[in-house]
Amino acid sequence: MYIGKVIGTVVATIKIDHLDKRKLLLVDMLDLKGDETGYYDIAVDVVQAGPGDTVLVIDEGNGARQILDLDPGAIRAVIVGVVDEVSIAA
Amino acid sequence: MKFGRVVGTVVATRKYEDLEGVKFLVVHFLDENQQPTGNFEIAADATEQAGPGELVFMVASREGSQALPEWFVPIDLAITGIVDEVEVETGPRRNEPTAHWYNLDEGD
Repeated sequence: MYIGKVIGTVVATIKIDHLDKRKLLLVDMLDLKGDETGYYDIAVDVVQAGPGDTVLVIDEGNGARQILDLDPGAIRAVIVGVVDEVSIAA
Repeated sequence: MKFGRVVGTVVATRKYEDLEGVKFLVVHFLDENQQPTGNFEIAADATEQAGPGELVFMVASREGSQALPEWFVPIDLAITGIVDEVEVETGPRRNEPTAHWYNLDEGD
């Protein structure tokens, strides 16, 4: 999992059935200082996140399929939380 | 999923039987601003409607092989959607932290 920032929304009418009625958000991975890294992903949102939010992203297929109740499911990245606070101790 | 721009088509008459009927396209990987990265790959078109010039998004690896109607075929990159619109956040919520970020070593 990683922490990212929602930097935009993606709209697609033509898409595979697994993505039907799913909200797609553009997420940029953050580093330990909270800065954008430029590594991005188009992720499915299940927590009503929106542009600008700091979010927790799972990037693993089995977890994604479990969350979205799909099998098979061609989805890897899912936004599973909106982050309030991060503390880095070392 | 990553953005890609379809730049060409691939035809292979003799191929593994599970790949029968699968449309292969040449895609140029794009960064988050939809600018070309210089990396190209061959993707199977799971939307069955993508064509050269189009902005698409793709899923890779094991998930890619689950995008086609016949799943677990030997592919590692699938086009899963054709992009209509990308709206990028440029306001203050993009530039300022939206979570409390404490770095304990720096005393804040």
